[in-house]
Amino acid sequence: MFISQLSIFVRNSPGSIAEITGILAKAGIDIRAFSVADTTDYGILRLIVNAPDRAEKVLRERGIAVSLNRVIGVQVPDVPGGMHEVFAYLAECGIGIEYGYAFVSRREGFAYAILRVDDKERAAKLLEERSIPMLTPREVYQN
Amino acid sequence: MKCWNPEMETMSRDELHALQSERIVKAVQYVYSRVNPYRKKMEDAGVAPGDIRSIDDLVKLPFTDKYDLADNYPYGLFAVPMREVIELHASSGTTGRQKVVGYTRSDLDLWREVMARTFAAGGVTKDDIMHVSYGYGLFTGGFGGHYGAERIGAAIVPIGTGNTQRQITVLRDFGCTAICCTPSYMLYIAETIEKMGIDPDEIKLRVGFLGAEPWTVEMRDDIERRLRIRTYDIYGLTEVIGPGVAFECDARAGLHVNEDHFYPEILDPDTLLPVPDGTQGELAFTCMTKECVPLLRYRTRDIAAVTHETCACGRTLARISKPVGRTDDMLIIRGVNVFPSQVESVLLNIPEASPYYMLIIDRVGALDTLEIQVELTPDVPVDQIRTLETIQKKIRSQVDSTLGLAAAIRLLPPQTLPRVEGKAKRVEDRRKL
Repeated sequence: MFISQLSIFVRNSPGSIAEITGILAKAGIDIRAFSVADTTDYGILRLIVNAPDRAEKVLRERGIAVSLNRVIGVQVPDVPGGMHEVFAYLAECGIGIEYGYAFVSRREGFAYAILRVDDKERAAKLLEERSIPMLTPREVYQN
Repeated sequence: MKCWNPEMETMSRDELHALQSERIVKAVQYVYSRVNPYRKKMEDAGVAPGDIRSIDDLVKLPFTDKYDLADNYPYGLFAVPMREVIELHASSGTTGRQKVVGYTRSDLDLWREVMARTFAAGGVTKDDIMHVSYGYGLFTGGFGGHYGAERIGAAIVPIGTGNTQRQITVLRDFGCTAICCTPSYMLYIAETIEKMGIDPDEIKLRVGFLGAEPWTVEMRDDIERRLRIRTYDIYGLTEVIGPGVAFECDARAGLHVNEDHFYPEILDPDTLLPVPDGTQGELAFTCMTKECVPLLRYRTRDIAAVTHETCACGRTLARISKPVGRTDDMLIIRGVNVFPSQVESVLLNIPEASPYYMLIIDRVGALDTLEIQVELTPDVPVDQIRTLETIQKKIRSQVDSTLGLAAAIRLLPPQTLPRVEGKAKRVEDRRKL
């Protein structure tokens, strides 16, 4: 039900992201979604890839500070108000959103979004109750 | 007055001088006849055992330093055959090789004696329960604490390091009344007790003996307030005996050196000549009574000053000021003396920080600035910026309380700083001085 996301600590200088994407490309790993969060001193690169466990291993072997975290992928109709319905509902239920970003969608008429929330088990249950479709690991890792 | 050995600790200076003279004469003859590398040094310097007739002749003798230990690793400086050695210890060295020492039965007895003096000065008696939270192993901290408590007859809890929550449970349930560990670990225990929500009244600690790293007055006040204990500073080094070389008394006016055994000298770092009392310089010790590794004029590279005035506590043993760092490393930033070793000891106690760091010193306008770049350890959970900010804040506040100076902290990914054999360059001073 949850998607594995890689988070990598990168320094603030040209080439630090390219280093990571280079390692993954060489390992034949496909990036499905990414986001880069920045602070003055460093950045956090978050990636959804098609083989998260292998990617983590490959990066760790190179001594890179990487961790795997579980996030929720939601599928929303690609129309005005599509995203809003999800956020408004989660807010109503008191679920806090830590961060989020979009995802290449393979489904006609739908947009995908990755969300890290403060209580993922509860959020997943709520989304299910409201029939908001979630991405499954299979959909993410195999296409 | 809490004195383990009043005869030795309050001896008149004249009697002490005579005792030291007697002991140094024997020690020089002993070392000359048994330790080839040192005999060679003496011969090269043109000094014979007969030239040493009193402790005042000590200045004639050549020095020993960490390189002698490295060059003669592991047992080249031992004065006895292995069959007389009961225990071996070692400490890491910046030479790349461990500094190995050995103890005969008599040396272990000496260790017990000097550690008993250390703990007794803090009021430890047979009725106490001593929580030994220094590492047991080749490091001398754990065994030193153990032997001191054993000599006094206190009940020893040989818990060593690690698993802080369990340590606190033991502290509480076993009713430990005394503890020995590093000051930063003591602070960490205080924080963890608070975090665990334990009522401070449940902890029966009364006194702590903290050493093996530099700590500021602020850190001491913090520890004493939070744990409601009285703390005593202790100083030692493996090459001399381990902990037990010098200890603090209630007067808090320096650390008393067990100079009936370890004669202290303060040397000018450039000329290596002794400096007057009260002047800071490099600390050197001469072991007059050890059997296995009796180092003579061993240069510690620590900086301190000495005084021979009688202390308010009544002891006549010379006192050294709290040694703060190494001669080769000291920096002055905004008027504050800073030693990279202090930064290192802070980082070593923060699990998320690796020991790879760099100090960048610069000047902005009229003010010196200090930035500490630290590599994170590879297993730090990186996902939320807030987690990393918390780590950054933790490092900043501990550095501030240890150095007495605010520094900017820059987190780096693992493997960013250069790796070198031997001592790494840890400082980049961009000020044009």
